[in-house]
Amino acid sequence: MNKNLKNFTKGFIKENPVFVLTLGLCPTLGVSTSAINGLGMGLATAFVLMMSNLVVSLVKNFIPDKVRIPSFIVIIASFVTIVELLMQAYVPALFEQLGLFIPLIVVNCIVLGRAEAFASKNGIVASVIDGLGMGLGFAFALTILGSIRELLGSGAIFSINLIPGDLMLVFVLAPGAFIVLGYLIALSNKLNKSK
Amino acid sequence: MEYIIIIISAIFVNNIVLAQFLGICPFVGVSNKLSTSIGMGSAVLFVMTLATLVTWLIQTYILSPLGIQFLQTIAFILVIAALVQMVEIILKKVSPALYGALGVFLPLITTNCTVLGVAILTVQKDFSLMEGVVFAISNASGFALAMIIFAGIREHLDLMEVPGGMRGVPIALVTAGILALAFMGFTGIV
Repeated sequence: MNKNLKNFTKGFIKENPVFVLTLGLCPTLGVSTSAINGLGMGLATAFVLMMSNLVVSLVKNFIPDKVRIPSFIVIIASFVTIVELLMQAYVPALFEQLGLFIPLIVVNCIVLGRAEAFASKNGIVASVIDGLGMGLGFAFALTILGSIRELLGSGAIFSINLIPGDLMLVFVLAPGAFIVLGYLIALSNKLNKSK
Repeated sequence: MEYIIIIISAIFVNNIVLAQFLGICPFVGVSNKLSTSIGMGSAVLFVMTLATLVTWLIQTYILSPLGIQFLQTIAFILVIAALVQMVEIILKKVSPALYGALGVFLPLITTNCTVLGVAILTVQKDFSLMEGVVFAISNASGFALAMIIFAGIREHLDLMEVPGGMRGVPIALVTAGILALAFMGFTGIV
């Protein structure tokens, strides 16, 4: 039980996919224009990550080593398609906002990375927990980044207005994404080192 | 005229790395040296053009007539993965010199989201085959341009004294942010 808990929580701080491992930066920067977009993208990725970890750990003994990576990619792509269709049907507004980045979950290095590094070597329960933890850690990072950008750029978090008036629009645009993420990673380096 | 608009908009205005956030991993990962970033840029140019060509044909002649567009993601990623493998094998046989230059970067390209991203964008924008190929070439050039400028800056950055926590990825990202700010100056040209 203790080990499972450790597998679950490591994705948040110690091995956070964005801040510490710096994986999956494209969607991180691309969709974190607001807190809600970041959360939506994070949860979609978390679902794909959990399900693909589950299936990979189920079939790991049947897949020959040589075709391992292509098979993982097919499994991941299937779940991405499922998410794509579900989001299109139930949250069309968010789907429009995230746009291209939903199909691009396929090439998100975190998903393939966890399948290869964890799910193909561990049992079903541990893999699902690892996928869920990593996925939620990713969602956590995206939500923080989205909140900071939304706050600095338009004075709101989750569309709730906190600071009235004109703010620094640049943080909602492309350059702000790079700069905020850079400082967040620096902060997490600092925190992890001092522990 | 249409082609010129596609080219300028893809290279400068909507630069694939600095404005659309595709291909950040190689952009940050292999931009330490000027020579490697030139190699990566040319490998992407090569694969992206081929991949867009092939995925356009698949979309138009297989997926659309059969009404199975929802298989797009799976079909495209498989085609790209297979294509990269094939290019690697063919290059090794036909042109060992070129393989020596690009070989290391080819496997990395499968998980480079620019290739899949541009393939999907081409379909979304309803481009004709020729427009799609021009679009792919310009996007790849935009990627190479951003990589090369960035690598040039990072080579100088290595010699600077950077505060402890900012070393490595953080300072690279902040630099990329300033570069993106510079590219925003192109907004409104087209």
